[in-house]
Amino acid sequence: MIRVSVDPAPIELAMEVAALEERGAGGVATFTGVVRTDDGVEALELEHYPGMTEAALCSLAEAAIDRWNLLGVTIVHRVGRMTAGERIVFVGTAAAHRREALEACAYLIDRLKTDAPFWKREWLAGGTRWVEPRVGDHEAAAHWS
Amino acid sequence: MAIAVLYFAWVRERVGAGEEQVDPPEAVRNVADLIDWLSQRSEGHAAAFAEPAKLRAAVDQRFVPLDALLGDAREVAIFPPVTGG
Repeated sequence: MIRVSVDPAPIELAMEVAALEERGAGGVATFTGVVRTDDGVEALELEHYPGMTEAALCSLAEAAIDRWNLLGVTIVHRVGRMTAGERIVFVGTAAAHRREALEACAYLIDRLKTDAPFWKREWLAGGTRWVEPRVGDHEAAAHWS
Repeated sequence: MAIAVLYFAWVRERVGAGEEQVDPPEAVRNVADLIDWLSQRSEGHAAAFAEPAKLRAAVDQRFVPLDALLGDAREVAIFPPVTGG
């Protein structure tokens, strides 16, 4: 019931949602992160820590299952270089009732930002720059503890 | 004892390598000691580790504070704050 993937391939949204629906739940909640175009950003590059990143995502999925009554959890994170409009991350939860699915999905995306080893680099016309975390990211993650 | 040290993001770029094997002296007891000791290896290391407050670490693939003891660590990773999602 847990699916975790860290992959340079594009995220297949319809396939991921369909797999969650097949869990036979009453509700499926999903979040999709998409590369935005801020300040002339042409592309985004995601670096990860092979082994630790996958393990951290599995731990988050397990923590969500301990906390809510879930029938399925999917976390798919893309790595490597991607351009504006492409999907970076997909989080989906399946549960008998909407509140559990929605809360668990929000929990996972908040925690994912602070608890899994990923680093973002923006590609601009004049070069590249590493993205720094936002103060609000830690506040959002702490709100769940 | 030999430790594999891994670097990510701008730490990796400044050091000029993603991984190296090191054998720190006994006096190197925690992650902060290791960073201090590594910073003497090259100008790149010194540049990467100039501001420890901007660094985060993992020991054997678990996030730890910089004052965490190394103990029997086999793998230590040093990197900037994470930015996923």
